[in-house]
Formats: sequence, C-alpha cells, structure tokens
Amino acid sequence: MGRYVARRLLQMIPVFIGTTLIIFLMVHILPGDPIRAMWGDKAADPAQVASLRHEFGLDQPLWKQYIDYMGNLFQGDFGKTFGGREVIDEMSESFPVTLRLTAVAMIIEIIVGIGLGAWAGLRAGKAADTGVLIFTLIVISIPVFVLGFLARFVLADQLGWVAPNVQDSTDYAQLFLPGFVLAMLSMAYVARLTRTTFAENLRADYMRTAMAKGLPRRRIIGVHLLRNSLIPVVTFLGTDVGGFIGGAVVTEGIFNVQGVGNLLFKALQQREGSTIVGVVTVFVLVILVINLLVDLLYAVLDPRIRYA
Amino acid sequence: MRGAKSAKWVAGAAIIALAATACGGSDSDSGKDMNSGKADPNGILTAQLGEPQNPLQPANAKESQGSRVLRTIFSGLVDYEPGTGKLVYVNAESVTPNADSSVWTVKLKPGWKFHDGTTVTSKSFVDSWNWSANVKNNQTNSSWFQDIKGYEDVHPAKGAPKADKMSGLKIVDDNTFTISLTGPVSYFAYKLGYDVWAPLPESFFKDPAAAGQKPIGNGPYKFVSWDHKKLIKVRKFDGYQGPNKAKNGGIDFKNYTTADAAYSDLRSNNLDWIEQIPTTSLTSYKQDLGDRAIDAEYSAVQSIVPAFYTKQFKGINPKVIQGLSMAIDRDTITKTVLHGTRTPADSFVARGVLGYKPGALGDVTKFDPAQAKKLIKDGGGVPGNKISIQFNADQSHKPWVDAVCNSIRKATGVDCVGDSKPDFQADLNARDNHQVKSMYRGGWVLDYPVNSNFMRDLYGSTAAGNTSGYSNKEFDKLAAEADKAKTLDETVKMYQEAEQLLKNDMPAIPLWFYKVNSGQSTNVFGKIVYGQDGDPIFTDVQVKAKK
Amino acid sequence: MPDATKTQTEAVVDAIAAPSAADGHKEQGKPRSLWGDAWFDLRHRPMFWISSILLLLLLVIAAFPGLFTGADPRNGDLTNHFLTKPDLGHFFQADWFGYDGQGRSIYARVIYGTRASILVGVGVTAAVTLVGGLLGMLAGYFGGWLDSVISRITDIFFGIPFLLGAMVVLNAFTDRKVYVVILALAFLGWTSICRVMRASVITAKQADYVTAARALGAGTPRILFRHVLPNALAPTIVVATIALGGYISAEATLSFLGLGLADPTISWGIDIAEGSQAIRDNPHALLFPAGMLSLTVFAFIMLGDAVRDALDPKLR
Repeated sequence: MGRYVARRLLQMIPVFIGTTLIIFLMVHILPGDPIRAMWGDKAADPAQVASLRHEFGLDQPLWKQYIDYMGNLFQGDFGKTFGGREVIDEMSESFPVTLRLTAVAMIIEIIVGIGLGAWAGLRAGKAADTGVLIFTLIVISIPVFVLGFLARFVLADQLGWVAPNVQDSTDYAQLFLPGFVLAMLSMAYVARLTRTTFAENLRADYMRTAMAKGLPRRRIIGVHLLRNSLIPVVTFLGTDVGGFIGGAVVTEGIFNVQGVGNLLFKALQQREGSTIVGVVTVFVLVILVINLLVDLLYAVLDPRIRYA
Repeated sequence: MRGAKSAKWVAGAAIIALAATACGGSDSDSGKDMNSGKADPNGILTAQLGEPQNPLQPANAKESQGSRVLRTIFSGLVDYEPGTGKLVYVNAESVTPNADSSVWTVKLKPGWKFHDGTTVTSKSFVDSWNWSANVKNNQTNSSWFQDIKGYEDVHPAKGAPKADKMSGLKIVDDNTFTISLTGPVSYFAYKLGYDVWAPLPESFFKDPAAAGQKPIGNGPYKFVSWDHKKLIKVRKFDGYQGPNKAKNGGIDFKNYTTADAAYSDLRSNNLDWIEQIPTTSLTSYKQDLGDRAIDAEYSAVQSIVPAFYTKQFKGINPKVIQGLSMAIDRDTITKTVLHGTRTPADSFVARGVLGYKPGALGDVTKFDPAQAKKLIKDGGGVPGNKISIQFNADQSHKPWVDAVCNSIRKATGVDCVGDSKPDFQADLNARDNHQVKSMYRGGWVLDYPVNSNFMRDLYGSTAAGNTSGYSNKEFDKLAAEADKAKTLDETVKMYQEAEQLLKNDMPAIPLWFYKVNSGQSTNVFGKIVYGQDGDPIFTDVQVKAKK
Repeated sequence: MPDATKTQTEAVVDAIAAPSAADGHKEQGKPRSLWGDAWFDLRHRPMFWISSILLLLLLVIAAFPGLFTGADPRNGDLTNHFLTKPDLGHFFQADWFGYDGQGRSIYARVIYGTRASILVGVGVTAAVTLVGGLLGMLAGYFGGWLDSVISRITDIFFGIPFLLGAMVVLNAFTDRKVYVVILALAFLGWTSICRVMRASVITAKQADYVTAARALGAGTPRILFRHVLPNALAPTIVVATIALGGYISAEATLSFLGLGLADPTISWGIDIAEGSQAIRDNPHALLFPAGMLSLTVFAFIMLGDAVRDALDPKLR
C-alpha cells in the first residue's frame, strides 16, 4: 500500500509540470498585451508600458518566465496580479466560496441522483425505470448555461421561490439555486450509474444467497445491495469534484457568485497570467489528490481490490 | 446587508412578488415618495462598484471603478459644473495663465486639511505630481503630466529617469506655485479637473503601496476600509472645506459581478444606486422603477473608424465614407437594438462638451439610403464591395455591430460583417499594430470637457489616440493654431471650424452618444444628479431619514 | 456543467469499462456474433429508431437548409425587432418562431444554425477518434515505454479542465471558423477515447485468438487491424457517439461565452447568448435555439445509449 501511494505520488510530478507548462504557454502565447490594455481606447504611453512590463517580468524570455514562476511557486509565492495584490490572497477569498457551492451541489447530486437511480434500478424494465431514463436524457441534453438561465427565470424571477442571485456566499439558502444548476448534469449521470449497478447487482449471486438465507428485504437492499452498488458511484463522485470546480465558470457567472470560476474568467479576460496559472495549478493538484484518494477508497469499499 | 440572513430570503421573494403586481400601478406614488419625508445628513448611501483594478493612487485609476472611489476621497484644484462643463474652483482659489498661456499660477485656498490632519500645501501638489509622473512609479496615467517642463527628465522615453522633479513646477510659498509648460495650452486649467492632479500627504511617500490600499486624501469623504471584492467604505470628512461638502453620512461601495444581481438588490432596496440597468431589464425598468429610473446623457461617443492604412481605405474618396454614414439608420437602431441607451450622434464632439454644436455634421448623420447609394457611387464605390467592423466580444457590442452592418447591407448593397475579437486585448492589439482589416469600433469618453479632446486627441496626425492612420495637414495646422489661441473661447471656436473640415474628410463615422440608464432605491431623497463623465455626484445625494 | 464532454465520457467509461473490466471482457470472445447480436438488438429498440430518424432529419437540414425555409437568416428588418412573437400556427413560415432582436426570423436562424453544430460535433468526434484511438491502440498494444509516455501525456491533457482549456486555446485565434473550433476541441478532447481504446486493446490482445494468430505467424499490422481492433472497437464507438452530443453542447457554451464560432457563421450558441439578454420580455429568442440545440444533443446521446445497450449485453 505504501509503495503504491509513493509510486502514484511520483507519477504526479511530470503530470503536474506538464499541465502547468501547457497552461502557461497557452496564456502567454495569446496575441495582445495585457499591460497595454490597461489604457483601453486611450493611447498608452510606451515608456510606462515598458516599465510595467519589466515590473511583472513580462520582458523576459518565456522559458525564463516559466522557470521563475515555478521557482517562486515552490516557495509558496503565487505572484502578484496587475493590480498589485497577491494571487494567493485572491485565491483564498474565492476557493472557500466555490467549495461551499460544490458542497451544496454535491449533496443535491448524492441525494437526488442516488435516490432516483436506486428507485429506477429496483424497478428495472418498468415504467418508472423508463421515466427516469428519459428524464436523465433530457437533463443531459440541455446545456448548463441554458438550464441556468431558465431555472433563474422560472424559479426566481417568475415564481419567487428562491433568491435569483448570491449576495452573501455564506448563506446556504442563496447557494441553493446555483448549486442545483451545477448539480443537474452530474445528478443525471449518478442516477444512471446507480440504476445500472443496482439492476446488475440485483441478479448477483450474493443477493440470491442473502435472499435464500431469508434476510429481510430492507436489510438486503440497505446493506448488501447499496454497499456493493455504490462503488462505481463513489468513483464517479470523486472525479466529479474536479468537474464541479471547473464547471463553476458558467454557473458562478450567471448567479453572481464570487468564486474561483469568476476569478478565472476575469483573469482570462485580463490576461492575468499569474492568476490563471495559479488557479489551474491548485486545481490540478486537487484533482490529482482526489483521484488518488478515490482509488484508495475503492480498496476500502471493495475487499477484492488490493494495491501492492 | 440589512436584516437577518434567514429573513432576507423570504423578504426578497415577497418584494419581487409585490413589484410584479405593482408593474401596472400608479407611477405618481413612487414620485411623491421620492421627495417625501426628510433627508438624514448622516444617512449612509449604498452604491454599486466593481473591484478597482489598481491600488487607490490618484494617477493609477485608468478604469471607472477605481476612479469612482478616488473622486470621493480626493479633491482636485478644479472641477466641472454639471450640465455646462464650466470650470469651478475646488481646492484652488485661482488658476491663472500668463499672456501666452504657457505659465500658470495656482493659488490654493488656505487651511485645507488631509484626513490625517496634516495641511494641504503647494508642496502636497508638487510632490504628488512629481511622484506620479515618474516612470519608475508605474502610474498608468503618468503621461497626463507631459505638458509640464521637465517631464522628459522624470519620464524618459527609454531608460531610467534622470531626475525626480519636473523643472516646470516651482513652489512660491505654502499656498502658491507655478506650472511652466513646454508650450502654450489655452485650456490647461481644464485638464486639472482630472483625478491625477490630486495632492498627496507626506505619509504617502513613505509607503506608496500601503497608501494605495488605505488612501488618505483631502476630499469630502475619508477612507474607512476596503474588504476586497466585497465592500469599500468611505465616510463624511467633517473637516472638509470645499464647496462640495457631502450631504450624506458616507458611502458603502458594494461589489457585484453581474448587473442583474445589482438590479435585483436595487429593487429590494438593499442597494441605493446601480451603475447600469442590465440588458434583460432595459425594456421594463422604467415601469419597474417609475420616477426612480435614471436616464441621463453623458459625454462619450461611439463611432466606427476606417483603417486608412488598408488597401480598401487608403486614399479613398471621403464621399464613400459619408455614404456609409448615411446608410446607417441611427434612429431605429438606438430605439430598438440599443433600447434607448444611446442617442444618435450629430457631431464628432459629444454633447455637454464646450464647443458641441447640434447638427454639426448636417446631412452626413441622417439616414438616407438613396443619397447613401449615390455618394458611394460618386466616390468610386467601396473597394471589394465588402467591409467588416472589428469589435471585442467581451463587451456587448455585437448587437449594434450586427444592426449597423444590416443597415449598411440593406441600404447600399455593400456587404458588411462583424469581425469579432475575443477580448479587448486582442482588439487593441490589432488596432495598435495596424492589422485591422477594414473598419473598427471606436469609443471615446471625455478626459476634459473641451471639444479639442474629441478632435485633436483623436484625429491629429501624431495624436496618441489616432490608431487609424488618418492624417490631414490642414487639420493639424488648424489645431495647432487653436491651441495657441489667446482665450479658451477662441480655441473652442477654431476647433468648431476644424470640425467642418473633418466633416468633408470623415476620419470616422460617429454613431451615437452614450446615455446612463440607471436607477435609485426608495432610500434616496430626491433624484440623483450626474456629472459629465457619466458618474453620479455622490456628495449631493441625500439619504432619507428612517421613520 | 460546461465540462459536459468530459464528465459525460467519464460516466460512460465508468458505466462500461469499470464493471466489465472486473470480468475481463470474457463475452467479447466471439467477434462476429457480437456485432450481429448488436444489430439484432438495435433493430428492436424504439430509442434507436427515434434517434436515427431525428438525426437523419437534422442531417438533411444541415445539408440543405434552403429546403426548409425561404427566409433570410442574416438580413433582418428592425421593424420586426422582437415585435412579432412566435405564431405557432404558421408552420414553416418566417414568423413561425417569431423574430429576434435584429428583426431576423428565428425559424430561419434555427434551420441555418444546424450545419455549424453538426459539423462541429461530427468533426471533433472524427478527429478525436482518429488521434485518440490511434494513440490508445499503440499504447495498449506495445506497452512498455511507449505506453508510459502516451499515458503521461494523456494524464497531462486530462488534467486541464476542458472548458477552461478550450477558452484559452480559442482566445488565441482571431478567425474562429468551424475548423478552428473543431481543432481546439479535439486538441483537448482526445484523452477519453485514448484511455478507453488503450484499456480495451490491452484486454483484446490477451485473448486466445490473438495468441493463436501470432503463433500462426501473422505480422503485427495484421494482428492489430484484423484481430485486435475489431474486438476493441465497441467501447470506443459508444464513447464517441455519446461524446458527440457533448461536443455540440461545448461549442454552444463557448459561443455563448463569446469564444466559439463567430459571425457570419450562424450558430445556436451565439443566438442563445443574444436571446438570454432578452429573457424577461422575449423568452422565445432563447427558447427556440436552445430547444433545437437540446434536441440535437438528445438525439445523439439517445443513439449512443441504444448502441451501448446493444453492444454491452450485461446492462440489459
């Protein structure tokens, strides 16, 4: 087990370096000068532009910029924004917000997704099953930004059931709507995955054994079936945390959430390399660690799997 | 945030329901409400603000958000009277030119204090300008000081500065100093109304970065706190001596990322003023808000500019451009696609600026498809019979670009497409490097309210704002003469003549002037008054006393 | 989630690869009957027929939009600016779905917008299947250092958030035509197919008939393309079909953010973005392009579903 974890951690290093390098190159190769853009329609003063470019190290060759950036990164220095703030400060403001939003979305996804999936799985082939299947298909087919606008228009503006925007990101009631929209797509996948594994495991040998032993139906479903069926679902949920943080770009934009997605989108518009690379770096780290944790959890849940 | 958190959710829902039923209700009630009751001189106003991009240093606010806060904290020598654009003295007692307007003498009103209690003296201004102009202090607005003698020493085109003081600034005594310019500029005093000319206290220079986070100024409000991306608080400065003393107790600038969010907070009275009505509500905000809807003009113009370095427009007959201009149905487009957020332009100079002449461009800005076709034909046609309009897709320019193109296509048969650049950077990059394929979107908000700002700074052959490659020696000569004129009135008049010259040459096609479409909450007493730059005059806003 | 394609494919990978990997793909031992079975199975699925007919119709619309409407999708008349609401009785006429903010027929725009979406979807899927499939096959079949290198590269690209990456890549292009969007999405999207292909090639190459073919002296290309590939293709096809819908959705999301297709290409994503600005008073400007987009994605995902069920008998 220890050797396995060590090997996985070692494998992370090239992946980490590669990902950050690609993002770094992408951001810096783009046409246009973020410093010049500070002047907008008005004319920029070339001497001041040159001085500012020097200040942010943008006058260095690209390879040197990357090495400097990574060097600082390992000392915990994420660099500064063009506005002179520490990127780490900006991130520590926005990550908790997105984490809260993700938590709300995750809870909705788990409760509704697994609930629907289990319900359909236990009635495989019946009308309820087909109904859930078609429902999930429809949800998957509607792009999230359309869903976001429609949900806000109908639920908040027309019916007034929920707050249309997030003014206070510590208020979970306000986070409900964006969380719900963020969760919808994944929820549909969780429902379908749960349904499949439920239906499959219902026919498994151990189920027949449990039934033959005369165990009560509730215990069979609650303990044996649920535990065994949830293994792939847990894997999916794990990989999905990354998707949530990434997916927040659109959702946060629609609902006025000051999270990572918003930070990233603004930084992208302003070509603020240090913020973009910083956020993606943290992001990639989170995904890598979660993937490892999921694999380890897999072993815990499924006694057949042993890592050497 | 007012009220308990848990209650707000319910309250918000109830208010939306109320507002929905009140849509067809009587507007006169809300009007009476606005002026009923009493003003509370210590009431706090809540206003919308985006996160300022740069630290709050006077010469470092290139964008409107930082500038909005800075203007409450700092007072300059002069300001402009809303509506007329006339000069008003604030911290200055007088600003007087010598015979040829090349040396200016500033006299300060004595006894002004910074928020930290220190006195505002000539030195506060001179030190501030020297620091801001210095290239190594990286102030984005440093080039504003380029008229002053000795600017090249602190701000050389290349390399390190040779001096840290501009030789043109001389302190006479505590309340008097002189400014020597490199040449005569008759309207120099007008430039002094901009943010960059603010004074700075001694403490600033010890740690400019820290001061940018916690600015100390001489303005009507003193800075209290800046909770990044959430809230900036300023409060009334009791020791303020200027004419524009705050009529409210202070301002809470709240951060919003979307106009929709700000608007719904305005309607539930959690926010007293918003910057702009969201596009989704432009058709209905006047019903939503009644008298509390704000619809005011400000001095900015939007135009489309031919890139004169392209094969298409190099040496083109100006008649063709006049024809294109007449093919644009400005009236219909501003009313429909732009929802009345702009008014059709009839001049190169925006309304509210000294020297603006209604209908200066005559028929050229009138929609007349037949005449448009004829002019284009007379001028030899558009090479390639196809134009494109470059714009940046990160702001909402696409609707009007599409509409303008549509109008040109239908009226003249010249094909026209929008050429979208993903963001402003890419748009500017193409403009600066002369890579625009045909035409581009141009926008200009006034720097100072004199017509020269809308002409010389945009169409002069060597003007920094001229990115189209336009050059007209006659115009350059006229502009140079106008700048040297003895009085401001003469300058303005000569620029009006120059405008007629430009009309025959068409360096750009003016489309429309900007308007502010905004609103105020029921907490505001009376109607909010706007300045020339499209921002409210916050010191004049009054907050209703709570019953 | 804008990251639609990724989660989508992940879900499918999980749904097919995960459970069957544990069983070692035993049922894939008889190639001819697998495909035969699948076809037999498909023919009896209403979902297959519904999605096929829908897709056929969409393809015809994409190829010959002029057959469906005589209205001009580009030139609007501002006198129609939102004034004309949809008249659902006016089948196939210009005002069937009403007019948009520029006074253009929404029906005409919905019809003419089909081509771009279908092209992007099919184009990206083709590119991704070709590149990802080839790399996955090489990695899976040859193993060793080649596998390590390809797998690490896959990991790197997999780590880049799909939508964010696409935003950054597309930002670099000033001329965003259909092929540019296809290349950008394919550049980031090939990893899932690569992983699926690698996994199934590894299982397929251990099968008895491959060992037999090798013992009989068959060359590497012959083994690869005649024996391994046909048996490893099924999961790839399923993932690709379902991902296709996701790519269409991703294109629309990017166009919505102003980074996808650009004028004069007519795209549902652009129209949805414009319509979303008028949602309060004129929701039809948003609903019709969004509905058409969802219908297209729906058809592709339904087809993918049917194909998966047919190819993976265990899930029945």
